[in-house]
Amino acid sequence: MATATSARALVRRTTAPPELRKKRRPLEVLIQTFLFACGAVSILTTIGIVYVLGTESWLFFRSPEVDLLEFLTTTSWIPAVGEFGIWPLVNATMMTTTFAMMVALPLGLASAIYLSEYASSGVRNVLKPILEILAGIPTVVYGYFALTFMTPLLRYIFGRDIVEIYNTASAGLVMGILILPLVSSMSEDALSAVPRSLREAAYALGATRLETAVQVVVPAALSGITAAFILAISRAVGETMIVAIAAGAGPAFTFNPFRAAETMTGHIVRISGGDLSYDSIDYDSLFAIGLVLFLMTLILNLISRAIMHRFREVYE
Amino acid sequence: MIRLKLETPSLTLNHPVPHDISTISEDTCALETRNLNVYYGNFRAIRDISLKLPKRRITAFIGPSGCGKSTLLRTFNRMNDLIPGVRVEGEVIFGGYNIYTPGVDAVEVRRRIGMVFQKPNPFPKSIYENIAWGARINGYRGNMDELVEQTLRQAALWEEVKDKLHQSGLSLSGGQQQRLCIARAIAIKPEIILMDEPASALDPISTLKIEELMRQLAENYTIVVVTHNMQQAARISDYTAFLMMDEDRAGYLVEFGATAQIFTNPREKATEDYITGRFG
Repeated sequence: MATATSARALVRRTTAPPELRKKRRPLEVLIQTFLFACGAVSILTTIGIVYVLGTESWLFFRSPEVDLLEFLTTTSWIPAVGEFGIWPLVNATMMTTTFAMMVALPLGLASAIYLSEYASSGVRNVLKPILEILAGIPTVVYGYFALTFMTPLLRYIFGRDIVEIYNTASAGLVMGILILPLVSSMSEDALSAVPRSLREAAYALGATRLETAVQVVVPAALSGITAAFILAISRAVGETMIVAIAAGAGPAFTFNPFRAAETMTGHIVRISGGDLSYDSIDYDSLFAIGLVLFLMTLILNLISRAIMHRFREVYE
Repeated sequence: MIRLKLETPSLTLNHPVPHDISTISEDTCALETRNLNVYYGNFRAIRDISLKLPKRRITAFIGPSGCGKSTLLRTFNRMNDLIPGVRVEGEVIFGGYNIYTPGVDAVEVRRRIGMVFQKPNPFPKSIYENIAWGARINGYRGNMDELVEQTLRQAALWEEVKDKLHQSGLSLSGGQQQRLCIARAIAIKPEIILMDEPASALDPISTLKIEELMRQLAENYTIVVVTHNMQQAARISDYTAFLMMDEDRAGYLVEFGATAQIFTNPREKATEDYITGRFG
């Protein structure tokens, strides 16, 4: 009986009185559809890219000349003779990335600490925009800066016989300058998010500015800083123009930073810029490299996101 | 840099509270302000405050919101230095010297005058590290385990945390966090502990524990506490200073005396109005 009455109440409730009845709002529907479409474009593009990368790579790995194990383990990339070992390219990418990080991480973190813990608001308001200008310089300019300034500088310091005209060190160091603002700005955000009360606690114990910054504020912001670092690495791995101009043209498996070597991105740019027939194994190989590159940056970004997420929870 | 003179605590504990504050001599005075004025830019937040804080006693600052109690407290260990635009006039005498004399290092002052804040603010480090860090940066070279245990016992926290010293200080409850902050402050053996509404963010039971702890600590330390809670001031303090805000919003000292006198027989009408709830 109880269910019968509640069922009747339910029936009564479902018919809204005329003045409260839902109105049709065509504009709302239109706007909602439009906004959804905008969001969908970026998602569909990503799916499209992954699809193309996947299918073209599949063509590459399926071809009889290629062996996945050989692709992942050997150190010679000579498409002309059918040698497809990705390590020379990955190695060059890691070399330039390492040099970029040697510049961007310490300088970026140091400038973030300065901006967040030492600079007065006046100084900060001047310095931050200047630092952000660095991020606005086109990468092709950085590329020629590497080739016409950094390389001669390295050759002057270490000797012309040792440093080749194209080399991974020069490209990497300049790439570090490019990425510095990213590290600095993200690290500074992380440092500024550390509550003031924590700094006061340190000062009240007789800590100096340096002790407070390095031993209290930086550790408290460590997850945010780590996330910034990983994102910077991901950015360096994917950076193309500087390495295409200054690192070298031609895969070479070398650990000597003063020798020319071609990174994954640099190789893709050079080969796809030349005349290359579709359906050739060379053409398909580019997608395989692209897929590896994509997976590397994807994993780095996921790690960065996961760390950032944890970082946010700490202060909630 | 002038090194402040360090005084050894006298051994006469529990001496009777002198009823008349004018009898506080140089020996029994932990800190003294003379004609203290504090400005935020052009705004005067504190006007002409002169008072003497007795050693190893609890002095409470009471008064309506915005009357400058916290600002006054923060001039005692130069925490206001950290806020841009703050200017201090007058003198704060500690250990025989004015701590605002040019050349006095604020860091050295803060090592001798500790502070506990309104909201518990333990470091996001382990409980152990919360205590050890301050001691370490202050050059403590002794047995750290011993210091941590002894300090946590003094702060009545040892029994609750002895099995989880290496867990984060943030894992503790609010009241425990605040006792950890008090422990952290006493680990560096300051002469004075400033407390800025130390229990206002806590529940009544945690508040009671903090108050008991303050009474115990008053045997060895000079404590200055800002509180909004007049019952709390009456319960725990030996001396009470009542501050009020003038028409120009500058805080000034209305009355300062033994707590019993302030609460039972105030000299000023304003004090009486405030403590009986007819004001603020």
